[in-house]
Amino acid sequence: MPVRVPTLPAHPLHRLTLDNGLRVVLAPDSTAPVVAVAVYYDVGMRSEPLGRTGFAHLFEHVMFQGSAQLPKLEHARQVQGSGGIFNGSTHLDYTNYFEVLPAGALERALFCEADRMAAPLLTQETIDNQIDVVKEEIRVNVLNRPYGAFPWLQLPEVLFDSFANTHNGYGDFVDLESATAEDAAAFFDSYYAPGNAVLAVGGDFDVEQVTQWVERYFAGVPARTTPQRPPFAEPALAEDRHAEVVDPLAVTPALAIGWRVPDPVGDFEGFLPYVVLSELMSDSDASRLEQRLIHRDHLALYQAMYLGLFGDPFDARDATALMFQAHHGRDVSAGQVLAAVKEELKSVAEEGVGETELARVQARIAAQLLRQADPVLGRIQGFAAGELIHGRAEFATELPGRLAQVDAGSVAAAASALGTQHRAVLELVPGARA
Amino acid sequence: MVLPPLIEARSARAPRAAAATLPNGLDTMVVRRPTVPMVEVRLHIPLPMANSRTAAAAIARGSLMSSSMLFGTAQRDQRQLANDLAAVGADLAVSADADRLLFSTAVLRTGLSTVLDLLAEILTSASYPSAEVVAERDRLGQRIAMALTQPGVVARMARSRRLFGDHPYAHTMPDPSMVAELDAGTLRRSHRDRARPYGATLVVVGDVQPATVAKQASSAFADWVGPARGSRVLTLPDFEPGGITLVDRPGAVQSNIRIGGAAVGRRDPAYAALKLANLIFGGYFSSRLTENLRERNGFTYSPHSGVDNAAAGSTFIVDADVATEVTARAVHETWYELGRMALAPVTQDELDLARRYALGTLALSTATQAGLASTLTSLVGQGLSASWLADHQKAVAGVTIADVQEAARRYLAVSSLATVVVGDATVVEDSLRSLAVIRNPE
Repeated sequence: MPVRVPTLPAHPLHRLTLDNGLRVVLAPDSTAPVVAVAVYYDVGMRSEPLGRTGFAHLFEHVMFQGSAQLPKLEHARQVQGSGGIFNGSTHLDYTNYFEVLPAGALERALFCEADRMAAPLLTQETIDNQIDVVKEEIRVNVLNRPYGAFPWLQLPEVLFDSFANTHNGYGDFVDLESATAEDAAAFFDSYYAPGNAVLAVGGDFDVEQVTQWVERYFAGVPARTTPQRPPFAEPALAEDRHAEVVDPLAVTPALAIGWRVPDPVGDFEGFLPYVVLSELMSDSDASRLEQRLIHRDHLALYQAMYLGLFGDPFDARDATALMFQAHHGRDVSAGQVLAAVKEELKSVAEEGVGETELARVQARIAAQLLRQADPVLGRIQGFAAGELIHGRAEFATELPGRLAQVDAGSVAAAASALGTQHRAVLELVPGARA
Repeated sequence: MVLPPLIEARSARAPRAAAATLPNGLDTMVVRRPTVPMVEVRLHIPLPMANSRTAAAAIARGSLMSSSMLFGTAQRDQRQLANDLAAVGADLAVSADADRLLFSTAVLRTGLSTVLDLLAEILTSASYPSAEVVAERDRLGQRIAMALTQPGVVARMARSRRLFGDHPYAHTMPDPSMVAELDAGTLRRSHRDRARPYGATLVVVGDVQPATVAKQASSAFADWVGPARGSRVLTLPDFEPGGITLVDRPGAVQSNIRIGGAAVGRRDPAYAALKLANLIFGGYFSSRLTENLRERNGFTYSPHSGVDNAAAGSTFIVDADVATEVTARAVHETWYELGRMALAPVTQDELDLARRYALGTLALSTATQAGLASTLTSLVGQGLSASWLADHQKAVAGVTIADVQEAARRYLAVSSLATVVVGDATVVEDSLRSLAVIRNPE
């Protein structure tokens, strides 16, 4: 008997748009004396111009280097000295900045975010410093370790064609090293306009009070023209693609597959079954690929199938991808793993998904979404990304219900579509000896 | 600069846990936290190693035992067990280290009793089927080989060997040759011998009623019985501080600097002062180490220091991954900042900032179901209860500049620490030699 899946009590959402175009989402919730603030700018790795790979991420670093009223290091001191934490991250289609703090520090956090939205300090000195820091980040995460950033950094080159979709979003060192304060000023001017951003605030606060604070600190940021976003969609692959990359530090092989999937925004209905399919195939010990590749055939050491380069199905617009990756022993060929994955997809397509199995997958999806929504930051990140990518903060609230309605037939149809379309395969060949 | 004020919000109260001991000796700790209709479950079973001679074998056994434990029970095969866990939204993880065996999952509110029943079934009748164990043994061997190519793993191992000598904590990774010799029978015996209720603790946090959980747990775990076993842990050995242990990693484009030394643990009156000294030195972004190495010099992305609390004792650690060409300068700057901590008082501003951060983030980390469950489980590992959190808040509030300096003098002094560098020796050795004697890895 399938378990009854509990749902999240709906939190009220309040929305406003300031005269300068800033969209604001307020999500009060007094269960803990904690607040979270997130600012999402509608610019990510895909908007980087030719010759400026890695600039969106570098600029994210520079946004922590001071602003009109806060000298270098002061942002961190204000947030941490209020008992809070902060960070930022760069995605394909947006860059976000966020804080979680004790409730009493909310006004100060809003001040800090508004100050850098108005006027970050963009000096060559701090940019040079952060170029060095970013190079060390790339060394620690990519260059000095085996399987560094595999496959998100390497597979797009095989799966896509445009510069926007294929280039190295961490940045080539040559491009990073030539970044200037003028570049930063131009990038800020085009992409960090208030009309190109969403502010989300969640947690323990009074809506009227916070509305006043938002007006007080953000309304003064001058309106600027918001950039026209070019489409990043690409036509379907005309043939299967296959590439190899040698990893000089790896001792065992790895493999990645990428498939194109429906537009996650324009064809949301068509995209949702792929989310359920990826969970059915790959989530937990009970999944089809874990059973087949690990437990039955002993083909892989590790497997994962997921949507989006970074594993978040809902943080990117078209084009995005269904990704699969596996690590396997030297005694197993990539062809064996590919064949097994193909067979498992075929089995879903032809034999379908039983009621019990689907209920199990739906229970896992519900549990993961609920767990994600427990921290106030997790909730408002959902609202902010929903507002920015899907045009509706409510998207995050409605998502569990929408996923729960995906039926077995549409999951089988998604698997069938994957079986008939072309895919991109990238083999990682170990260059080191065990 | 006129900043908006900080408002004294209603303070985060330290959580109250309902604690009980079941007739079989299992301790339970339950907190109602109905923020989402989920429950976090942890089961902590101490696996103290009282013998350094057999520690490496025990660690290899614990590692394969934990990764093979969900391969079936007397009633269910691997697949059925996986299906039944997933059906209630659970994804059970089992891990082992030199201190404990740990089960961990989140589950839909409606599935808690199912998870407790399955946990009890695993504990009382895990089957360790031979063919599956052999396959997992091969996978584990390959996973270890992969891990040994990660510089962070190599560096942690080198520091642990330097600090812990022949203590079990020196073995941060299972020895692949010892893993290769294990079989299902050994795991079954080891399971019977080690997975026992006395001294174990079940932590449950979430949308539950503590009284209901108490009933569910006593019914689920009624058949899990076994005599108490020794809980003595080997005290940490002394080590010889000073010098730089250099581990060669030819061609490395970065060097991993790892520093460590003895520290005091959560029960010690000086712990709160040490935590604040650690923050001011390198424990958070607004620290001296981050300002120096990252924001002034651009040597590194994410330098960090911390206090590791383990059952046998606590360790102060510093980690920084730096560009190869600045390795010696980065070690020098790190030592300089350690020396400054030990020799000169911190400022009142630095102390106030660190104190507010410590108190604020303690409240944040216990504001979620998962955060609170992990915090409580970590306390359990040192034999502490939830009430420690409130005591610690009070202690942090009372720390003075003199307390911080005394803690820094005792635990952050370079002369009492060990320094390990993993990097390309042909490039970094000469310059490191101008700082200190170079030691070979243990």
